[in-house]
Amino acid sequence: MSGMDGHELSAADTASAVGAGTLSATDVCTAALERAMAGADLNAYITLASDGDVRAMAGAAPRGLLHGVPVAVKDNIATTALSTSCGSKILQGWVSPYEATAVAKLHAAGAVIIGKTNMDEFAMGSSTENSAYGPTLNPLDHARVPGGSSGGSAAAVAAGHCRISFGSETGGSVRQPAAFCGIVGVKPTYGRVSRFGLVAFASSLDHIGVFGRSVDDAALGLQVIAGHDPHDATSVDTPVDVYRDQAGQSLIGLVVGVPTEYFPATLDPQIRARCDRALDRLRQLGAEVRPVSLPHTDLAIPVYYILAPAEASSNLARFDGVRYGPRAPADDLREMYEQTRSVGFGPEVTRRIILGTYVLSQGHYDAYYRKAMLVREKITEDFARVFASGVHVLFTPTTPSPAFGFGTRSDPIEMYLSDIFTATANLAGVPAMSQPIGLVDGMPVGGQLLAAHFREADMFRAAFALEGALGSEALT
Amino acid sequence: MSVAEQTDVTSGFEMVVGLEVHVQLKTASKAFCGCSTNFGAPPNQNTCPVCLALPGALPVLNARAVELALRIALGFGFTVNHRSVFARKNYFYPDLPKGYQISQHDQPIAEHGALDIGLVVSGAPRVIRITRAHMEEDAGKSIHDRYDSATAVDLNRSGVPLVEIVSEPDMRSPEEAGAYLRTLKQILLYLDVSDCNMEEGSLRVDANVSARPFGQTTLGTKCEVKNMNSFSGVEKALATEFRRQCGVLTAGGTVQQQTLLWDGHKGEIRPARSKEGSSDYRYFPEPDLPPLIVTDAELSHVRATLPELPVARRARYVALGLSEYDVQELTSDPATGPYFEAVLTLHADPKAVSNWVTGEVRAALNERSAEWTAVPLEPARLAALLNLLRDGTVSSSAAKKIFAQLLTSADTPKVIAERDGLIQVRDDDALAGWVDEVLAENPQEAARFAAGEKKLQGLLVGLVMKKSQGRADPRLVNQLLSTRASG
Repeated sequence: MSGMDGHELSAADTASAVGAGTLSATDVCTAALERAMAGADLNAYITLASDGDVRAMAGAAPRGLLHGVPVAVKDNIATTALSTSCGSKILQGWVSPYEATAVAKLHAAGAVIIGKTNMDEFAMGSSTENSAYGPTLNPLDHARVPGGSSGGSAAAVAAGHCRISFGSETGGSVRQPAAFCGIVGVKPTYGRVSRFGLVAFASSLDHIGVFGRSVDDAALGLQVIAGHDPHDATSVDTPVDVYRDQAGQSLIGLVVGVPTEYFPATLDPQIRARCDRALDRLRQLGAEVRPVSLPHTDLAIPVYYILAPAEASSNLARFDGVRYGPRAPADDLREMYEQTRSVGFGPEVTRRIILGTYVLSQGHYDAYYRKAMLVREKITEDFARVFASGVHVLFTPTTPSPAFGFGTRSDPIEMYLSDIFTATANLAGVPAMSQPIGLVDGMPVGGQLLAAHFREADMFRAAFALEGALGSEALT
Repeated sequence: MSVAEQTDVTSGFEMVVGLEVHVQLKTASKAFCGCSTNFGAPPNQNTCPVCLALPGALPVLNARAVELALRIALGFGFTVNHRSVFARKNYFYPDLPKGYQISQHDQPIAEHGALDIGLVVSGAPRVIRITRAHMEEDAGKSIHDRYDSATAVDLNRSGVPLVEIVSEPDMRSPEEAGAYLRTLKQILLYLDVSDCNMEEGSLRVDANVSARPFGQTTLGTKCEVKNMNSFSGVEKALATEFRRQCGVLTAGGTVQQQTLLWDGHKGEIRPARSKEGSSDYRYFPEPDLPPLIVTDAELSHVRATLPELPVARRARYVALGLSEYDVQELTSDPATGPYFEAVLTLHADPKAVSNWVTGEVRAALNERSAEWTAVPLEPARLAALLNLLRDGTVSSSAAKKIFAQLLTSADTPKVIAERDGLIQVRDDDALAGWVDEVLAENPQEAARFAAGEKKLQGLLVGLVMKKSQGRADPRLVNQLLSTRASG
């Protein structure tokens, strides 16, 4: 059927059509692969599946929620068919002998993975400029970054290769690129989606997240990968709501909190205006909008940049050249470690390993790590208090700016500040998502919704309604 | 160096020892994955993404390991922490695949124990304080001597569950350290939590030892000694290291804190190969594992399933009227007691049963290198033999012959005794006949015996026994001869 390769259909409609036999899974998935190959200039993928593999997988795709739906997966999530490099030279060409739980769930649901997407090395970055395999371009403006670290997955959806892709978040690495690329990005509650097979950056902050062309696509993608996993001791065994059931739900009775700390005086007035418009729409839909306070918000970035590197310095110790990945030639063990890691890791990863090693060292632990853990508690309590006060969701800007140009954030601290509105949700473990709420200087900006732990449904309820109310306004 | 000179070097110094004992838990699978803990499998066979530390793999705590750790905690009377926290101990080494060991640091599962080591010093029992017991995982093995210029790594042991029991520096001699270790091992074996096999590494001891002048209350600089593969090796290593430190101090030097390896073959101590960053492990809470919460219900369950421990068993056996020696013999390992008691229910003579169990039966086991769980002689058959012995049906020498046969034959002791002619002859006429014959064949001795030379009775009994081919009941022969002497 001409033009019916699923590109225009939602993921749910594609799966239905494939199930009903009106669309062929093979046609849908090979078309997606062709679009991905045609968009090679974006450098969204580190590895693309072969045409033969895609046909084989599509032909054998089981009947599930994603029956015959092509998806892209970030290159730090273990797959057995395609390599998993984490955007790093130190894992160049490494093929996992086991599959991530999320990937196994995708396969069981009938999804077909067309490629492994580009990313900042080990998910450390906010622009995908830190990939050992070159940067990914923003499909909306090739002179700008797609955001990061899941820039490849965001670009794959924004460029129309597929309706759903999967990324990971440690401090906003799904929501920020979703905002930069004008799509929907969801970070679920910590423990909602298994991390088994997600190559760890900072274990207590890492999440697998979902990109969707629409709220509906993202809800469906999350539905498939959510749930308890006995292989992840931090995954939680609580019932999974049906997120797509929130489409069309009224907002009457929904209380939307607007944290003043996320709207500082220095906030770009155009971003503020897009947020105000979104809040107006929420009010018009019947939601009660009220100001709230999350007083420890400004501590999130410093705390994040102590805890995340600390955990990273330990998580990345296994990349030692002994069991997998390239090994540098050397005369003795110590030299082998030093050479392998010096050559294998890029500068940002090296910086964070050194930073993390320092904050965990004797004599510094109390001043940095222990104190940061205490402040993390305060940030978590801020959210708990607000959600206990009757607020269902919070609304904030996702980022302090739209997508920036390549090379414009050469100062690491400046780069780190692009996560200022997103890192809090990783620290507190609460679910959060970004959706397009308008354009600033021709580039999309995102509005962020956050909810209480395991209350993704509240978040989707507001997101579906807001998406519908904004309609084409989101493109202005 | 003469003994006198050795004594000179150490005289005036007190040895201070604290021990760290790593106990490999007897679980079927590893601490954080489902791999087998089976010892002796081909290299790297018992491995999976988790214990190989493949990217993205995550640990999941083995509930059985926790149960065994709690059994240790309750068995030794430690205070159990209802909330304990796993921590990462970070260092680089090829046999540590994650680059960190999952251990417990500032919040271990158990603390504050004490162990009575059975020695009495200055009239008071020696009690060694135990600082803590924490859970952790084992590393793999580096094999340095298999390939010429390369080290091989076997990760079968990677992730095997351990409990580390850390004592206070309370021991003052190699003998006390040895007694502590033997007492500890005995209780661990009773608790059935570990094989405690030092040769296979399921029990490992690191010793911290320092020397200080008698009377000094502050501790001297300690050195850690590793690589001992027996308790006597620990005792020898401690003595050797103590003498070395005393030598340094006597010469006016200072002891440098370091890790040393004991070479059991040479009887020498040498510095260990240094591990990167060994001084700063950068501990922090393991984010992949939630805190370990132990509920009262779980503790009650473990407490209810605790086996009888040596102290309680010894008390019961003392109450049976057994000697201190017999009690020690019967309780030295956990399996002798149940066998002893099974025999005792069928033959109510504790002393006789104890003698046979710790004598003949244990010797038979040792010969076969068998365990008490695989005794080749059912308690009922041993009891039947002891019954024959007690009622005089067989002599004690015959009983030993029958015992040997019982190990290989399915026949009852009675059947064996009858078949082999080992039933004692107790018929007065038959006995009197043999006595008469012996007296007739030895007229001189008979005359002297009749004249009151009582010391000849033993010789005459022996001759009667010989004539009866060992079948005469010696007790009755004695009685008979006594009447002849006085008559």
